[in-house]
Amino acid sequence: MNWVVNALKAAIGKKLMMAVTGLAFCGFLTVHLIGNLTLYGGRDLFNSYAEHLHSLGPLVTVFELVLLALAIVHVLVGLTLFYENWRARPVRYCMNKWAGGRTIGSATMPYTGLILLAFVILHLMNFHFVDKTGRTIFEIVAGAFAQPWYVAVYVVAVIAGAIHVSHGFWSAFQTVGASHPKYMPLIRGVGILFSLIVGIGFGAIPIYVYVAVT
Amino acid sequence: MSKTINLTLKVWRQEGPEKKGRLETYPAKEISTDMSFLEMIDVINDRLTLDGKEPIAFDHDCREGICGMCGAVVNGHAHGPEKGTTLCQLHMRHFSDGDTIVVEPWRARAFKVIKDLVVDRSAFDEIIRAGGYISANTGGAPDGNAIPIPKEVADTAMDAAACIGCGACVAACPNASAMLFVGAKVSHLGLLPQGRPEAARRVQSMVDRMDELGFGNCTNEAECEAACPKEISITNIARLNREFLKAKLFSPHS
Repeated sequence: MNWVVNALKAAIGKKLMMAVTGLAFCGFLTVHLIGNLTLYGGRDLFNSYAEHLHSLGPLVTVFELVLLALAIVHVLVGLTLFYENWRARPVRYCMNKWAGGRTIGSATMPYTGLILLAFVILHLMNFHFVDKTGRTIFEIVAGAFAQPWYVAVYVVAVIAGAIHVSHGFWSAFQTVGASHPKYMPLIRGVGILFSLIVGIGFGAIPIYVYVAVT
Repeated sequence: MSKTINLTLKVWRQEGPEKKGRLETYPAKEISTDMSFLEMIDVINDRLTLDGKEPIAFDHDCREGICGMCGAVVNGHAHGPEKGTTLCQLHMRHFSDGDTIVVEPWRARAFKVIKDLVVDRSAFDEIIRAGGYISANTGGAPDGNAIPIPKEVADTAMDAAACIGCGACVAACPNASAMLFVGAKVSHLGLLPQGRPEAARRVQSMVDRMDELGFGNCTNEAECEAACPKEISITNIARLNREFLKAKLFSPHS
């Protein structure tokens, strides 16, 4: 198994871990968004979605543990890359310009990533590690998003997430070597589209709930 | 009809690898717009020498964009702001009268500054030594067309082989990564049948050496591709990733 460790320790190995875990999160975002869209159906639909999801029992726990493992890898490897890349240029340039390859997404990856990490912790404290006795998940969500500053924090975090995904999606394909002149423009396009869907899809929910409950 | 312009140069001056450097300001008066950037520095150096000052040290050789010796970061752009050109192919006509130009050496932990704008790029030689070659036994020349190679493959290999090893990719990369250089070498050798037998060993030892030398990690910023004077595509980095993954998964030597 030594070869696995050697492969993952290399620059490309670390990138591969980021790509694979990142793509898995893209899959999670899709499922999570589809589920959350039930909020637009009102209290009963959303509560019934949550009930159906939690009736899966141990499957949910396994899913959560897998997500946790992916998150730990993505964050730790990401921070390692951030540190190593910062160290690779001890003397910085006096004048910095973009040559034309960078995008807002690519240039802010570590920062949007850290915003997302802080947000995920907040988000779990809001809706996961919360006392659910005597009130439904809809009431918890409605209660949280009745406060304007919560809505603002969520919208900002979702925008950071969309920017992160706008680079992360195509970047993951490039890293696993899936580059083909026929499909790369499509992958890039799908990445931008996906980031817009994530941004608008998740971003509209707190605003909708705020408007609906106040 | 040749025109002359007056410029202000801010050039990185550093006496030696361990010395502290700083930006120094020099007036560059009456510079012909027909000059190349390097010829402009020649003129400034003549004037500095006449004033009894140390001329600006910079690397150069062929001055026609094929040797890979020259290179400096001009106003934040590796090889200057023009696309697909080396510093020696950058002409002063791209600047305007009164401009201030900041000139800095390539910046990377793996490329130590030797003096002023001259950096030590022997890290690239180290990477080549790790696997950037084909071990062919010399003998009688093979018959022409004995090994059929599709035109597209030959063209893709040739595009990668256009790399002159100047180091602009590392200089332009926000992470000082050498992946475009290594990707170009792995592609140009690995695409051709003569390079296949050693492909798995090559990609692994070149990537390992690259990591040891202290280059950063690729984050797919694509700045290298935009700065490369030979316009080498980042599809070569994808190919490098693919070759690496393939070698690690399937080669018995990993």
